Amino acid sequence: MDAIFRALADASRRQLLDRLHANNGQSLGELCEGLAMTRQAVAKHLAILEGANLVASARRGREKLHYINPVPINEIAERWIGKYERHRLKALSELKRALEGSDE
Amino acid sequence: MSKPSFVYVTYIESTPEKVWQALTEGTFTRRYWVNHRNASDWQVGSPWRHEDFDDASLVDIAGHVVESVPPHRLVLTWSLPQDVDKPDKNSRVTFDIEPYGGAVRLTVRHSDLEPGSAMLSGISRGWPLVLSSLKTLLETGEPLPGTSERMTRPPE
Repeated sequence: MDAIFRALADASRRQLLDRLHANNGQSLGELCEGLAMTRQAVAKHLAILEGANLVASARRGREKLHYINPVPINEIAERWIGKYERHRLKALSELKRALEGSDE
Repeated sequence: MSKPSFVYVTYIESTPEKVWQALTEGTFTRRYWVNHRNASDWQVGSPWRHEDFDDASLVDIAGHVVESVPPHRLVLTWSLPQDVDKPDKNSRVTFDIEPYGGAVRLTVRHSDLEPGSAMLSGISRGWPLVLSSLKTLLETGEPLPGTSERMTRPPE
């Protein structure tokens, strides 16, 4: 989880994730287009994002395509948000039982 | 195959055999995949159906098994049940299950999705939730809350 937060603590890397979110599956060259970063800097940021499992890649021929991987972000959400959601669901089912007048 | 629309990776503290079982056996899938079973004999060419665990007549997704290499690789066609025999409406899902240190790296690729389709927007929300719940189930014995019950479908 430290690696995820370290990876997200940089505006350039968040910008790369935004670009993949808008258009998933881009090569390094495509990701560099229109960015005020060197190709080398983009490659370095991508490696950090991949190390944190926020970016997954797939090969197509000689090209390496990058994809945003939201699965770890879901795990973060679950750590702090899931509990409240659980309480809310429990409260709702208690309310339902009370309203339906069941003892169970 | 066209370039994948989505590539998801999750690292699970488990074994390839258990991950395979968790993807292919209804008693596992029902717990993290909103009370659904993936029903098939998992032989190449066989049909598979993503159906409600308690009512097998409710089929949300269907297709055929394209590749089956237990416990490492499973490739399926994926479409609405009425589109199974329309190749242009078939998307494709690849599961790769690889040992990674003492854990497993599960990669899910979803390709050939129709741009702008309801299927595309639906699965882009669904997969991250299903995969993180699968990971949580295998690592803790309990799935994520809210992923065990069948979801009521919003009006189309």
